[in-house]
Amino acid sequence: MIPLSHYLIVGALLFAISVVGIFLNRKNLVIILMAIELLLLAANMNFVAFSHYLGNLSGQVFVFFVLTVAAAEAAIGLAILIVLFRTRRSINVQDLDHLKG
Amino acid sequence: MTVLSAHDFWAVAPEIYVATLACVILVIDLYVRSVRPCAAAYPLTIATLVSAGLLCLDGLFEPTQTVLNGLVMRDSVSALLKSGTCFGTAAVLFYARDYAAARGLWRGEYLVLALFGVVGMMAMIGAAHLLTLYVGIELLALCLYGMIAMERDSVRAAEAAMKYFILGALASGVLLYGMSLLYGLTGSLSLQAVSGATGTLEVSSLPLMLAISMLVVGLLFKLGAVPFHMWVPDVYDGSATSTTLYLSAVPKLAAFAILLRLLSTGLEGWIEIWQDMLLVAALLSIALGNVVAIAQSNIKRMLAYSTISNMGFLLLGFFAGTHAGYAAAMFYAVIYMVTTLAAFSVILALSRSGFESDSLDDFRGLNKRNPWLALLMLIVMFSLAGIPPTAGFFAKLMVLQAALEAGFVAVVVAAVILAVVGAFYYLRIVKLMYFDDAEEGVLTISAHGYRRSMKWVLTVNAIGLVAVTPWIGEVIDFIGKSLMGFGLS
Repeated sequence: MIPLSHYLIVGALLFAISVVGIFLNRKNLVIILMAIELLLLAANMNFVAFSHYLGNLSGQVFVFFVLTVAAAEAAIGLAILIVLFRTRRSINVQDLDHLKG
Repeated sequence: MTVLSAHDFWAVAPEIYVATLACVILVIDLYVRSVRPCAAAYPLTIATLVSAGLLCLDGLFEPTQTVLNGLVMRDSVSALLKSGTCFGTAAVLFYARDYAAARGLWRGEYLVLALFGVVGMMAMIGAAHLLTLYVGIELLALCLYGMIAMERDSVRAAEAAMKYFILGALASGVLLYGMSLLYGLTGSLSLQAVSGATGTLEVSSLPLMLAISMLVVGLLFKLGAVPFHMWVPDVYDGSATSTTLYLSAVPKLAAFAILLRLLSTGLEGWIEIWQDMLLVAALLSIALGNVVAIAQSNIKRMLAYSTISNMGFLLLGFFAGTHAGYAAAMFYAVIYMVTTLAAFSVILALSRSGFESDSLDDFRGLNKRNPWLALLMLIVMFSLAGIPPTAGFFAKLMVLQAALEAGFVAVVVAAVILAVVGAFYYLRIVKLMYFDDAEEGVLTISAHGYRRSMKWVLTVNAIGLVAVTPWIGEVIDFIGKSLMGFGLS
Protein backbone atom coordinates (compact mmCIF):
# COMPACT_ATOMS: atom_id res chain seq x y z
CA MET A 1 0.00 0.00 0.00
CA ILE A 2 1.27 3.42 -0.92
CA PRO A 3 1.73 5.57 2.18
CA LEU A 4 -0.18 8.84 2.62
CA SER A 5 2.99 10.92 2.45
CA HIS A 6 3.55 9.99 -1.21
CA TYR A 7 0.20 11.45 -2.16
CA LEU A 8 0.83 14.56 -0.12
CA ILE A 9 4.20 15.06 -1.80
CA VAL A 10 2.58 14.83 -5.24
CA GLY A 11 -0.05 17.33 -4.10
CA ALA A 12 2.61 19.71 -2.79
CA LEU A 13 4.60 19.38 -6.03
CA LEU A 14 1.53 20.18 -8.12
CA PHE A 15 0.86 23.17 -5.88
CA ALA A 16 4.43 24.40 -6.24
CA ILE A 17 4.43 23.93 -10.03
CA SER A 18 1.23 25.92 -10.41
CA VAL A 19 2.34 28.80 -8.16
CA VAL A 20 5.64 28.99 -10.04
CA GLY A 21 3.68 28.85 -13.30
CA ILE A 22 1.58 31.83 -12.27
CA PHE A 23 4.44 33.98 -11.01
CA LEU A 24 7.28 33.19 -13.37
CA ASN A 25 5.28 33.04 -16.57
CA ARG A 26 5.77 36.27 -18.51
CA LYS A 27 4.41 35.21 -21.88
CA ASN A 28 1.06 33.56 -22.25
CA LEU A 29 -2.16 33.99 -20.30
CA VAL A 30 -3.38 30.52 -21.27
CA ILE A 31 -0.51 29.03 -19.28
CA ILE A 32 -1.72 30.95 -16.24
CA LEU A 33 -5.20 29.47 -16.69
CA MET A 34 -3.64 26.02 -16.85
CA ALA A 35 -1.65 26.72 -13.69
CA ILE A 36 -4.85 27.76 -11.90
CA GLU A 37 -6.48 24.44 -12.82
CA LEU A 38 -3.42 22.63 -11.51
CA LEU A 39 -3.68 24.55 -8.24
CA LEU A 40 -7.21 23.27 -7.65
CA LEU A 41 -6.15 19.74 -8.61
CA ALA A 42 -3.34 19.87 -6.08
CA ALA A 43 -5.89 20.54 -3.35
CA ASN A 44 -8.12 17.78 -4.74
CA MET A 45 -5.22 15.33 -4.52
CA ASN A 46 -4.87 16.15 -0.82
CA PHE A 47 -8.60 15.86 -0.20
CA VAL A 48 -8.89 12.45 -1.82
CA ALA A 49 -5.78 11.12 -0.14
CA PHE A 50 -6.87 12.31 3.32
CA SER A 51 -10.41 11.09 2.71
CA HIS A 52 -9.16 7.60 1.90
CA TYR A 53 -6.77 7.39 4.83
CA LEU A 54 -9.24 8.86 7.33
CA GLY A 55 -12.05 6.63 6.07
CA ASN A 56 -14.24 9.73 5.84
CA LEU A 57 -16.19 10.38 2.66
CA SER A 58 -16.77 14.12 3.04
CA GLY A 59 -13.38 14.92 1.50
CA GLN A 60 -14.35 13.15 -1.71
CA VAL A 61 -17.69 14.96 -1.83
CA PHE A 62 -15.76 18.22 -1.47
CA VAL A 63 -13.71 17.22 -4.52
CA PHE A 64 -16.88 17.00 -6.63
CA PHE A 65 -17.74 20.56 -5.68
CA VAL A 66 -14.19 21.75 -6.39
CA LEU A 67 -14.26 20.12 -9.83
CA THR A 68 -17.55 21.86 -10.63
CA VAL A 69 -16.20 25.20 -9.46
CA ALA A 70 -13.01 24.59 -11.47
CA ALA A 71 -15.07 24.03 -14.60
CA ALA A 72 -17.03 27.25 -14.04
CA GLU A 73 -13.81 29.09 -13.31
CA ALA A 74 -12.16 27.83 -16.51
CA ALA A 75 -15.22 28.91 -18.51
CA ILE A 76 -15.16 32.42 -17.05
CA GLY A 77 -11.38 32.66 -17.37
CA LEU A 78 -11.49 31.78 -21.06
CA ALA A 79 -14.40 34.18 -21.62
CA ILE A 80 -12.39 37.02 -20.06
CA LEU A 81 -9.41 35.96 -22.17
CA ILE A 82 -11.52 36.33 -25.32
CA VAL A 83 -12.78 39.76 -24.24
CA LEU A 84 -9.18 40.76 -23.59
CA PHE A 85 -8.03 39.47 -26.96
CA ARG A 86 -10.87 41.28 -28.77
CA THR A 87 -9.93 44.62 -27.25
CA ARG A 88 -6.17 44.22 -27.40
CA ARG A 89 -5.24 41.63 -30.05
CA SER A 90 -2.77 40.03 -27.66
CA ILE A 91 -2.76 37.61 -24.74
CA ASN A 92 0.75 38.45 -23.66
CA VAL A 93 1.08 38.90 -19.90
CA GLN A 94 3.43 41.85 -20.35
CA ASP A 95 0.79 43.75 -22.29
CA LEU A 96 -1.41 43.95 -19.18
CA ASP A 97 0.01 47.32 -18.22
CA HIS A 98 -2.75 49.85 -18.86
CA LEU A 99 -3.58 49.97 -15.17
CA LYS A 100 -0.53 50.80 -13.14
CA GLY A 101 -0.52 48.59 -10.06
CA MET B 1 -27.01 11.57 9.20
CA THR B 2 -30.52 12.85 9.76
CA VAL B 3 -33.36 13.25 7.31
CA LEU B 4 -33.82 16.83 6.16
CA SER B 5 -36.99 18.48 7.37
CA ALA B 6 -38.91 21.55 6.27
CA HIS B 7 -37.20 23.33 9.15
CA ASP B 8 -33.81 22.85 7.47
CA PHE B 9 -35.04 24.38 4.25
CA TRP B 10 -36.75 27.27 6.04
CA ALA B 11 -33.36 28.19 7.49
CA VAL B 12 -31.95 28.71 3.99
CA ALA B 13 -35.20 30.12 2.60
CA PRO B 14 -33.64 33.53 1.75
CA GLU B 15 -30.88 31.87 -0.34
CA ILE B 16 -33.36 29.59 -2.13
CA TYR B 17 -35.69 32.53 -2.69
CA VAL B 18 -33.04 34.81 -4.21
CA ALA B 19 -31.51 32.05 -6.36
CA THR B 20 -34.91 30.98 -7.72
CA LEU B 21 -35.99 34.51 -8.49
CA ALA B 22 -32.65 35.24 -10.16
CA CYS B 23 -33.40 32.42 -12.62
CA VAL B 24 -36.98 33.69 -13.09
CA ILE B 25 -35.74 37.24 -13.71
CA LEU B 26 -33.24 35.99 -16.28
CA VAL B 27 -36.06 34.34 -18.25
CA ILE B 28 -38.49 37.24 -17.85
CA ASP B 29 -35.86 39.65 -19.10
CA LEU B 30 -35.58 37.63 -22.31
CA TYR B 31 -39.28 37.89 -23.07
CA VAL B 32 -40.16 41.39 -21.93
CA ARG B 33 -39.10 43.73 -24.68
CA SER B 34 -39.26 47.43 -23.94
CA VAL B 35 -37.72 50.71 -24.98
CA ARG B 36 -36.08 51.04 -21.59
CA PRO B 37 -33.53 48.37 -20.69
CA CYS B 38 -34.49 46.09 -17.78
CA ALA B 39 -38.02 47.54 -17.64
CA ALA B 40 -39.26 44.42 -15.86
CA ALA B 41 -36.02 42.99 -14.48
CA TYR B 42 -35.03 46.05 -12.46
CA PRO B 43 -38.20 46.45 -10.33
CA LEU B 44 -38.32 42.67 -9.85
CA THR B 45 -34.69 42.60 -8.70
CA ILE B 46 -35.21 45.38 -6.18
CA ALA B 47 -38.41 43.71 -4.92
CA THR B 48 -36.57 40.40 -4.58
CA LEU B 49 -33.73 41.93 -2.61
CA VAL B 50 -35.96 43.95 -0.28
CA SER B 51 -38.28 41.01 0.45
CA ALA B 52 -35.29 38.68 0.95
CA GLY B 53 -33.81 41.24 3.34
CA LEU B 54 -36.99 41.15 5.41
CA LEU B 55 -37.15 37.34 5.20
CA CYS B 56 -33.61 37.10 6.61
CA LEU B 57 -34.64 39.02 9.72
CA ASP B 58 -37.04 36.20 10.64
CA GLY B 59 -34.40 34.26 12.59
CA LEU B 60 -33.08 37.21 14.58
CA PHE B 61 -32.41 36.47 18.28
CA GLU B 62 -33.52 32.87 18.08
CA PRO B 63 -31.17 30.30 19.62
CA THR B 64 -28.25 29.33 17.39
CA GLN B 65 -28.75 26.14 15.38
CA THR B 66 -26.86 24.34 12.64
CA VAL B 67 -29.08 23.00 9.89
CA LEU B 68 -28.74 20.92 6.68
CA ASN B 69 -26.54 18.32 8.39
CA GLY B 70 -24.21 20.92 9.78
CA LEU B 71 -23.65 22.84 6.55
CA VAL B 72 -25.34 26.10 7.51
CA MET B 73 -25.39 28.10 10.72
CA ARG B 74 -28.55 29.95 11.65
CA ASP B 75 -27.89 32.62 14.28
CA SER B 76 -28.50 36.29 14.97
CA VAL B 77 -25.32 37.53 13.35
CA SER B 78 -26.07 35.72 10.09
CA ALA B 79 -29.64 37.06 10.07
CA LEU B 80 -28.35 40.59 10.53
CA LEU B 81 -25.53 40.38 7.98
CA LYS B 82 -27.66 38.61 5.35
CA SER B 83 -30.33 41.25 5.70
CA GLY B 84 -27.69 43.99 5.41
CA THR B 85 -26.33 42.30 2.29
CA CYS B 86 -29.75 42.27 0.61
CA PHE B 87 -30.61 45.88 1.47
CA GLY B 88 -27.10 47.07 0.60
CA THR B 89 -27.22 45.40 -2.80
CA ALA B 90 -30.66 46.88 -3.48
CA ALA B 91 -29.16 50.31 -2.78
CA VAL B 92 -26.16 49.55 -5.03
CA LEU B 93 -28.39 48.63 -7.97
CA PHE B 94 -30.59 51.66 -7.34
CA TYR B 95 -27.58 53.99 -7.51
CA ALA B 96 -25.95 52.15 -10.42
CA ARG B 97 -28.99 52.32 -12.70
CA ASP B 98 -28.47 55.48 -14.74
CA TYR B 99 -24.70 55.17 -14.90
CA ALA B 100 -24.82 51.57 -16.12
CA ALA B 101 -27.64 52.32 -18.57
CA ALA B 102 -25.58 55.13 -20.15
CA ARG B 103 -22.73 52.65 -20.76
CA GLY B 104 -24.81 49.78 -22.11
CA LEU B 105 -24.19 47.65 -19.01
CA TRP B 106 -27.77 47.76 -17.77
CA ARG B 107 -28.90 44.40 -19.06
CA GLY B 108 -30.73 41.55 -17.41
CA GLU B 109 -27.53 39.54 -16.98
CA TYR B 110 -25.94 42.31 -14.94
CA LEU B 111 -28.80 42.19 -12.42
CA VAL B 112 -28.88 38.40 -12.39
CA LEU B 113 -25.13 38.23 -11.74
CA ALA B 114 -25.62 40.71 -8.90
CA LEU B 115 -28.36 38.48 -7.44
CA PHE B 116 -26.22 35.32 -7.66
CA GLY B 117 -23.44 37.27 -6.01
CA VAL B 118 -25.87 37.98 -3.17
CA VAL B 119 -26.58 34.24 -2.87
CA GLY B 120 -22.83 33.65 -2.66
CA MET B 121 -22.45 36.27 0.07
CA MET B 122 -25.35 34.77 2.02
CA ALA B 123 -23.75 31.32 1.77
CA MET B 124 -20.49 32.78 3.12
CA ILE B 125 -22.30 34.51 5.97
CA GLY B 126 -24.19 31.39 7.05
CA ALA B 127 -21.31 28.95 6.58
CA ALA B 128 -20.83 26.33 9.30
CA HIS B 129 -18.79 24.05 7.06
CA LEU B 130 -15.72 24.55 4.87
CA LEU B 131 -17.72 23.41 1.83
CA THR B 132 -20.36 26.14 2.24
CA LEU B 133 -17.62 28.66 2.84
CA TYR B 134 -15.70 27.71 -0.31
CA VAL B 135 -18.75 27.51 -2.57
CA GLY B 136 -19.99 30.88 -1.28
CA ILE B 137 -16.61 32.56 -1.87
CA GLU B 138 -16.39 31.16 -5.39
CA LEU B 139 -19.97 32.03 -6.29
CA LEU B 140 -19.42 35.65 -5.32
CA ALA B 141 -16.03 35.81 -7.04
CA LEU B 142 -17.27 34.30 -10.32
CA CYS B 143 -20.15 36.80 -10.43
CA LEU B 144 -17.74 39.67 -9.82
CA TYR B 145 -15.39 38.59 -12.64
CA GLY B 146 -18.37 38.43 -14.97
CA MET B 147 -19.74 41.81 -13.94
CA ILE B 148 -16.38 43.52 -14.47
CA ALA B 149 -15.82 41.89 -17.88
CA MET B 150 -19.33 42.81 -19.06
CA GLU B 151 -18.03 46.20 -20.10
CA ARG B 152 -16.75 44.48 -23.22
CA ASP B 153 -15.39 47.37 -25.24
CA SER B 154 -13.30 48.80 -22.44
CA VAL B 155 -9.63 47.84 -22.54
CA ARG B 156 -9.26 48.76 -18.89
CA ALA B 157 -12.22 46.67 -17.73
CA ALA B 158 -10.97 43.58 -19.55
CA GLU B 159 -7.56 43.99 -17.99
CA ALA B 160 -9.04 44.57 -14.53
CA ALA B 161 -11.20 41.46 -14.91
CA MET B 162 -8.20 39.35 -15.96
CA LYS B 163 -6.02 40.58 -13.10
CA TYR B 164 -8.83 40.04 -10.60
CA PHE B 165 -9.52 36.60 -12.02
CA ILE B 166 -5.91 35.41 -11.83
CA LEU B 167 -5.22 36.75 -8.35
CA GLY B 168 -8.66 35.73 -7.04
CA ALA B 169 -8.25 32.19 -8.36
CA LEU B 170 -4.77 32.00 -6.85
CA ALA B 171 -6.19 33.12 -3.49
CA SER B 172 -8.99 30.55 -3.61
CA GLY B 173 -6.45 27.90 -4.53
CA VAL B 174 -4.29 28.74 -1.53
CA LEU B 175 -7.38 28.83 0.70
CA LEU B 176 -8.49 25.47 -0.65
CA TYR B 177 -5.07 23.92 -0.08
CA GLY B 178 -5.19 25.20 3.51
CA MET B 179 -8.64 23.66 3.89
CA SER B 180 -7.38 20.31 2.62
CA LEU B 181 -4.53 20.32 5.15
CA LEU B 182 -6.94 21.29 7.93
CA TYR B 183 -9.22 18.44 6.87
CA GLY B 184 -6.32 16.00 7.01
CA LEU B 185 -5.28 17.22 10.47
CA THR B 186 -8.68 17.34 12.13
CA GLY B 187 -10.55 14.70 10.11
CA SER B 188 -13.57 16.90 9.54
CA LEU B 189 -14.79 19.72 7.33
CA SER B 190 -17.32 21.05 9.81
CA LEU B 191 -16.07 24.18 11.58
CA GLN B 192 -17.44 23.08 14.94
CA ALA B 193 -15.73 19.70 14.64
CA VAL B 194 -12.51 21.49 13.65
CA SER B 195 -12.69 23.61 16.80
CA GLY B 196 -13.43 20.44 18.78
CA ALA B 197 -10.05 19.07 17.68
CA THR B 198 -8.24 21.94 19.44
CA GLY B 199 -7.02 19.78 22.29
CA THR B 200 -5.61 17.03 20.08
CA LEU B 201 -3.13 19.16 18.11
CA GLU B 202 -0.12 21.04 19.42
CA VAL B 203 0.10 24.74 18.58
CA SER B 204 3.71 24.21 17.55
CA SER B 205 2.84 21.50 15.02
CA LEU B 206 4.27 22.51 11.65
CA PRO B 207 1.47 21.14 9.42
CA LEU B 208 -1.09 22.98 11.53
CA MET B 209 0.85 26.25 11.20
CA LEU B 210 1.06 25.71 7.44
CA ALA B 211 -2.67 25.02 7.17
CA ILE B 212 -3.66 28.07 9.22
CA SER B 213 -1.17 30.32 7.40
CA MET B 214 -2.61 29.31 4.05
CA LEU B 215 -6.17 29.92 5.26
CA VAL B 216 -5.20 33.35 6.61
CA VAL B 217 -3.36 34.24 3.39
CA GLY B 218 -6.44 33.31 1.37
CA LEU B 219 -8.67 35.40 3.63
CA LEU B 220 -6.34 38.42 3.56
CA PHE B 221 -6.28 38.19 -0.24
CA LYS B 222 -10.07 38.25 -0.42
CA LEU B 223 -10.16 41.12 2.08
CA GLY B 224 -7.54 43.12 0.16
CA ALA B 225 -5.18 43.55 3.12
CA VAL B 226 -1.45 44.25 2.69
CA PRO B 227 0.68 42.32 1.57
CA PHE B 228 -2.04 40.81 -0.66
CA HIS B 229 -3.61 44.06 -1.83
CA MET B 230 -2.14 44.37 -5.35
CA TRP B 231 -5.44 43.68 -7.09
CA VAL B 232 -7.51 46.27 -5.19
CA PRO B 233 -6.46 49.55 -6.90
CA ASP B 234 -6.38 48.06 -10.42
CA VAL B 235 -9.77 46.41 -10.08
CA TYR B 236 -11.41 49.49 -8.53
CA ASP B 237 -9.90 51.73 -11.18
CA GLY B 238 -10.48 49.52 -14.22
CA SER B 239 -14.09 48.53 -13.53
CA ALA B 240 -17.08 50.66 -14.43
CA THR B 241 -17.96 52.77 -11.37
CA SER B 242 -21.27 50.91 -10.91
CA THR B 243 -19.38 47.60 -10.68
CA THR B 244 -16.77 49.15 -8.39
CA LEU B 245 -19.63 50.18 -6.11
CA TYR B 246 -21.00 46.63 -6.10
CA LEU B 247 -17.68 44.96 -5.35
CA SER B 248 -16.40 47.50 -2.83
CA ALA B 249 -19.36 48.03 -0.52
CA VAL B 250 -21.48 44.98 0.27
CA PRO B 251 -18.92 42.12 0.08
CA LYS B 252 -17.15 43.64 3.11
CA LEU B 253 -19.98 42.30 5.30
CA ALA B 254 -19.41 38.82 3.87
CA ALA B 255 -15.65 39.25 4.30
CA PHE B 256 -16.18 39.99 7.99
CA ALA B 257 -18.47 36.96 8.21
CA ILE B 258 -15.92 34.53 6.75
CA LEU B 259 -13.26 35.87 9.12
CA LEU B 260 -15.69 35.29 11.98
CA ARG B 261 -16.70 31.80 10.86
CA LEU B 262 -13.27 30.50 10.03
CA LEU B 263 -11.11 32.14 12.66
CA SER B 264 -13.56 32.47 15.55
CA THR B 265 -15.86 29.45 15.17
CA GLY B 266 -13.27 27.13 13.65
CA LEU B 267 -9.76 28.13 14.72
CA GLU B 268 -10.26 30.04 17.95
CA GLY B 269 -8.31 27.41 19.91
CA TRP B 270 -5.20 28.21 17.88
CA ILE B 271 -5.47 31.99 18.19
CA GLU B 272 -1.72 32.23 18.94
CA ILE B 273 -1.00 31.18 15.36
CA TRP B 274 -3.27 33.60 13.49
CA GLN B 275 -3.27 36.56 15.86
CA ASP B 276 0.20 37.83 14.94
CA MET B 277 -0.43 37.41 11.22
CA LEU B 278 -3.60 39.49 11.41
CA LEU B 279 -1.87 42.12 13.55
CA VAL B 280 0.99 42.59 11.07
CA ALA B 281 -1.43 42.65 8.11
CA ALA B 282 -3.64 45.20 9.91
CA LEU B 283 -0.78 47.62 10.67
CA LEU B 284 0.78 47.27 7.20
CA SER B 285 -2.63 47.84 5.58
CA ILE B 286 -3.32 50.99 7.58
CA ALA B 287 0.18 52.30 6.87
CA LEU B 288 0.41 51.51 3.17
CA GLY B 289 -3.22 52.35 2.38
CA ASN B 290 -3.06 55.77 3.99
CA VAL B 291 0.36 56.75 2.66
CA VAL B 292 -0.08 55.62 -0.95
CA ALA B 293 -3.59 57.12 -1.18
CA ILE B 294 -2.00 60.57 -0.84
CA ALA B 295 -0.19 60.11 -4.16
CA GLN B 296 -3.32 59.25 -6.18
CA SER B 297 -4.93 61.63 -8.66
CA ASN B 298 -7.86 59.36 -9.47
CA ILE B 299 -10.59 59.23 -6.85
CA LYS B 300 -11.41 55.57 -7.51
CA ARG B 301 -7.79 54.59 -6.93
CA MET B 302 -7.73 56.83 -3.85
CA LEU B 303 -10.83 55.11 -2.47
CA ALA B 304 -9.21 51.74 -3.27
CA TYR B 305 -6.25 52.58 -1.04
CA SER B 306 -8.71 53.93 1.50
CA THR B 307 -10.40 50.50 1.40
CA ILE B 308 -7.07 48.84 2.12
CA SER B 309 -6.52 51.01 5.18
CA ASN B 310 -10.11 50.51 6.32
CA MET B 311 -9.72 46.74 6.06
CA GLY B 312 -6.66 47.21 8.26
CA PHE B 313 -8.87 48.85 10.89
CA LEU B 314 -11.40 46.02 10.58
CA LEU B 315 -8.61 43.49 11.22
CA LEU B 316 -7.40 45.60 14.13
CA GLY B 317 -10.75 45.07 15.81
CA PHE B 318 -10.77 41.42 14.90
CA PHE B 319 -7.32 40.17 15.81
CA ALA B 320 -7.68 40.41 19.60
CA GLY B 321 -10.31 37.65 19.48
CA THR B 322 -12.50 39.23 22.16
CA HIS B 323 -16.26 39.67 21.99
CA ALA B 324 -15.87 43.47 22.10
CA GLY B 325 -13.35 43.26 19.25
CA TYR B 326 -15.63 41.21 17.02
CA ALA B 327 -18.53 43.58 17.75
CA ALA B 328 -16.32 46.57 16.90
CA ALA B 329 -15.16 44.94 13.66
CA MET B 330 -18.72 44.15 12.62
CA PHE B 331 -19.86 47.68 13.45
CA TYR B 332 -16.91 48.93 11.40
CA ALA B 333 -17.88 46.74 8.42
CA VAL B 334 -21.47 47.98 8.50
CA ILE B 335 -20.51 51.67 8.77
CA TYR B 336 -17.85 51.22 6.10
CA MET B 337 -20.42 49.69 3.76
CA VAL B 338 -22.86 52.59 4.22
CA THR B 339 -20.09 55.19 3.81
CA THR B 340 -18.66 53.58 0.68
CA LEU B 341 -22.13 53.37 -0.84
CA ALA B 342 -22.47 57.13 -0.44
CA ALA B 343 -18.92 57.90 -1.63
CA PHE B 344 -19.19 56.00 -4.92
CA SER B 345 -22.75 57.20 -5.45
CA VAL B 346 -21.58 60.82 -5.44
CA ILE B 347 -19.15 59.87 -8.24
CA LEU B 348 -22.02 58.11 -10.05
CA ALA B 349 -24.26 61.17 -9.64
CA LEU B 350 -21.55 63.43 -11.10
CA SER B 351 -20.71 61.29 -14.10
CA ARG B 352 -22.46 61.50 -17.45
CA SER B 353 -22.40 59.49 -20.61
CA GLY B 354 -18.82 59.80 -21.83
CA PHE B 355 -17.63 61.58 -18.68
CA GLU B 356 -16.43 59.51 -15.73
CA SER B 357 -15.84 62.21 -13.10
CA ASP B 358 -13.26 59.99 -11.44
CA SER B 359 -10.36 62.42 -11.39
CA LEU B 360 -9.72 64.51 -8.29
CA ASP B 361 -9.73 67.60 -10.54
CA ASP B 362 -13.37 66.93 -11.42
CA PHE B 363 -14.23 67.77 -7.81
CA ARG B 364 -12.70 71.26 -7.97
CA GLY B 365 -15.25 73.93 -7.14
CA LEU B 366 -18.09 71.44 -6.78
CA ASN B 367 -19.61 73.65 -4.09
CA LYS B 368 -20.31 76.36 -6.69
CA ARG B 369 -21.84 73.93 -9.17
CA ASN B 370 -23.83 71.72 -6.83
CA PRO B 371 -23.65 72.73 -3.15
CA TRP B 372 -25.89 69.87 -2.00
CA LEU B 373 -23.71 67.10 -3.50
CA ALA B 374 -20.63 68.87 -2.15
CA LEU B 375 -22.14 68.86 1.34
CA LEU B 376 -22.98 65.15 1.12
CA MET B 377 -19.44 64.39 -0.10
CA LEU B 378 -18.08 66.45 2.81
CA ILE B 379 -19.99 64.30 5.30
CA VAL B 380 -18.80 61.11 3.62
CA MET B 381 -15.16 62.25 3.63
CA PHE B 382 -15.41 63.29 7.30
CA SER B 383 -16.85 59.87 8.10
CA LEU B 384 -14.06 58.06 6.23
CA ALA B 385 -11.44 60.21 7.94
CA GLY B 386 -13.05 59.51 11.32
CA ILE B 387 -13.93 63.06 12.32
CA PRO B 388 -16.66 63.39 14.99
CA PRO B 389 -19.68 63.46 15.07
CA THR B 390 -19.89 61.10 12.09
CA ALA B 391 -20.48 57.35 12.37
CA GLY B 392 -16.99 56.72 10.97
CA PHE B 393 -15.49 58.30 14.08
CA PHE B 394 -17.39 55.96 16.39
CA ALA B 395 -16.44 52.95 14.26
CA LYS B 396 -12.72 53.79 14.57
CA LEU B 397 -13.16 54.59 18.28
CA MET B 398 -14.78 51.22 18.99
CA VAL B 399 -12.07 49.30 17.14
CA LEU B 400 -9.25 51.14 18.89
CA GLN B 401 -10.98 50.78 22.27
CA ALA B 402 -11.33 47.02 21.77
CA ALA B 403 -7.64 46.70 20.86
CA LEU B 404 -6.71 48.85 23.87
CA GLU B 405 -8.76 46.72 26.26
CA ALA B 406 -7.02 43.64 24.91
CA GLY B 407 -3.73 45.28 25.97
CA PHE B 408 -2.19 46.33 22.65
CA VAL B 409 -1.29 49.93 23.53
CA ALA B 410 1.59 50.41 21.08
CA VAL B 411 -0.53 49.08 18.21
CA VAL B 412 -3.31 51.55 19.01
CA VAL B 413 -0.89 54.49 19.15
CA ALA B 414 0.57 53.52 15.76
CA ALA B 415 -2.90 53.16 14.24
CA VAL B 416 -4.01 56.56 15.50
CA ILE B 417 -0.91 58.28 14.08
CA LEU B 418 -1.46 56.60 10.71
CA ALA B 419 -5.15 57.55 10.75
CA VAL B 420 -4.10 61.19 11.11
CA VAL B 421 -1.89 60.79 8.03
CA GLY B 422 -4.94 59.36 6.27
CA ALA B 423 -7.10 62.34 7.17
CA PHE B 424 -4.98 64.44 4.78
CA TYR B 425 -6.27 62.98 1.53
CA TYR B 426 -9.89 62.91 2.65
CA LEU B 427 -9.71 66.55 3.65
CA ARG B 428 -7.97 67.39 0.36
CA ILE B 429 -11.21 66.47 -1.43
CA VAL B 430 -13.10 68.84 0.87
CA LYS B 431 -10.57 71.57 0.08
CA LEU B 432 -10.89 70.96 -3.68
CA MET B 433 -14.69 71.14 -3.46
CA TYR B 434 -14.97 74.24 -1.32
CA PHE B 435 -11.86 76.37 -1.79
CA ASP B 436 -10.66 75.71 -5.35
CA ASP B 437 -12.12 76.86 -8.64
CA ALA B 438 -12.96 74.50 -11.44
CA GLU B 439 -10.71 74.45 -14.48
CA GLU B 440 -11.97 75.75 -17.80
CA GLY B 441 -14.45 73.41 -19.44
CA VAL B 442 -15.45 71.51 -16.32
CA LEU B 443 -17.92 74.27 -15.41
CA THR B 444 -20.03 73.45 -18.45
CA ILE B 445 -21.07 70.19 -16.80
CA SER B 446 -24.15 71.08 -14.82
CA ALA B 447 -23.93 68.26 -12.24
CA HIS B 448 -27.70 68.42 -11.88
CA GLY B 449 -28.55 65.69 -14.35
CA TYR B 450 -29.13 62.85 -11.94
CA ARG B 451 -32.46 61.42 -10.96
CA ARG B 452 -34.44 63.17 -8.22
CA SER B 453 -35.14 59.91 -6.37
CA MET B 454 -31.40 59.23 -6.31
CA LYS B 455 -30.87 62.62 -4.69
CA TRP B 456 -33.25 61.70 -1.87
CA VAL B 457 -31.82 58.25 -1.23
CA LEU B 458 -28.26 59.59 -1.39
CA THR B 459 -29.23 62.34 1.06
CA VAL B 460 -30.69 59.85 3.53
CA ASN B 461 -27.63 57.65 3.09
CA ALA B 462 -25.07 60.40 3.73
CA ILE B 463 -26.98 62.44 6.32
CA GLY B 464 -27.71 59.17 8.12
CA LEU B 465 -23.99 58.90 8.88
CA VAL B 466 -24.37 61.96 11.12
CA ALA B 467 -28.01 61.57 12.16
CA VAL B 468 -27.37 58.14 13.69
CA THR B 469 -25.04 59.67 16.30
CA PRO B 470 -27.58 60.04 19.17
CA TRP B 471 -28.49 56.32 18.85
CA ILE B 472 -24.99 55.02 18.22
CA GLY B 473 -24.85 53.32 21.64
CA GLU B 474 -28.02 51.36 20.88
CA VAL B 475 -26.65 50.27 17.50
CA ILE B 476 -23.42 49.03 19.08
CA ASP B 477 -25.31 47.19 21.84
CA PHE B 478 -27.55 45.62 19.23
CA ILE B 479 -24.55 44.36 17.23
CA GLY B 480 -22.88 43.14 20.43
CA LYS B 481 -26.03 41.23 21.33
CA SER B 482 -26.21 39.59 17.92
CA LEU B 483 -22.63 38.34 18.37
CA MET B 484 -23.47 36.70 21.71
CA GLY B 485 -21.44 33.54 22.17
CA PHE B 486 -18.53 34.63 19.97
CA GLY B 487 -15.15 35.61 21.32
CA LEU B 488 -12.76 34.48 24.04
CA SER B 489 -14.02 35.37 27.49
